Amino acid sequence: MSRVEGFLRFLWDFVVGDDWRIAVGVVLALALTALIADTSVAAWWILPVAVAVLLGMSVWRVARSRV
Amino acid sequence: MSRSSSGRGRHTRPSSDSWGTGRSATDTDRATTGKRSSTLFTEYAPLENQRIESMSGAELGLAVSVFLACAVEAVEALTIVLAVGYTRSWRSTFIGVGAAVVVLAALTAALGPALTALPINVLRVFVGALLLIFGLQWLRKAILRASGLKAQHDEREAYQQELEAAGEAGAVKAGLDAYAFTIAFKGVLLEGLEVVFIVLTFGANQHDVGLAAAAAGVAVLLVVLAGIAVHAPLARVPENTMKFAVGVMLTSFGTFWGAEGAGADWPGGDAALLAIVPTLLLFAIGLVAMLRRLPGPAPESRAREAAIGV
Repeated sequence: MSRVEGFLRFLWDFVVGDDWRIAVGVVLALALTALIADTSVAAWWILPVAVAVLLGMSVWRVARSRV
Repeated sequence: MSRSSSGRGRHTRPSSDSWGTGRSATDTDRATTGKRSSTLFTEYAPLENQRIESMSGAELGLAVSVFLACAVEAVEALTIVLAVGYTRSWRSTFIGVGAAVVVLAALTAALGPALTALPINVLRVFVGALLLIFGLQWLRKAILRASGLKAQHDEREAYQQELEAAGEAGAVKAGLDAYAFTIAFKGVLLEGLEVVFIVLTFGANQHDVGLAAAAAGVAVLLVVLAGIAVHAPLARVPENTMKFAVGVMLTSFGTFWGAEGAGADWPGGDAALLAIVPTLLLFAIGLVAMLRRLPGPAPESRAREAAIGV
């Protein structure tokens, strides 16, 4: 593995971690919050719901794979 | 905690001044314009006073989060340093530690001002996203460890592994021992990077990198002193519980700042953080309890005492 590849892999592990779905979900939830915030609808609840769903699904996937 | 914006003109945002954001609208003005007229200063003086009085919650959250995160990482770095120091060369180990500390300090000094120069809403979205991604990963691991689905981090075990690896790395060379230097440098740098990240994101968002750095410094100092006192890895530090707490704090602040930066207004303004933190904590504890009740073959680690005792 070259130094560049090694650095990119480190960066990925450092920022994204074990479950890339969490990072993607956070970005999507923030984008949705920004979209909804521009309307008259309240947007504060989107991130807490996203956190609950992303965290719950992530640990559930690990638990299911062990059963 | 929240306050009314009536009579303060269009620059004032009622939700952004105390618990979590650490900035008033006048700060926003400063951040975006880089200057502040004396008229504005006079007009907003009462608001500034209120902000200073109500900053204690934000400062406390900042300091506690950084302190806990830094203490955990310092304990892990100490284990590596002790292992290579005892088995290889203390001199080379300390040079490696020093070099890593210089790199970490340079990163903080370089990136801190760059982050604080960002417009406030861009900064909040950026910081919020990073804290959320980071915090959720910490919390995920902590939940899996507490529920027995992932082995608890054990400093004694890590120390033994480092000792064995150092012993197998060949004879210690005269002068600078490359193995001791490299392992100490990498260990401190990698553990320290997470701390730098937390110091910068929390500190920059509240315009108080100094406080965050001070909290990190105190944590490192305490861990080093404890390491000198016991001459062994700090295996009795409740690392997993501390990681659980850090995960909750990072995720909570990330949720709050991220939503604010994206344009959402929290009900109750900054006081919403007082609901987010305990709600997330209860949710995480609930996940641990649920995962522990799942049927199936019990993994080896499940027999261990879980970190948070639920």
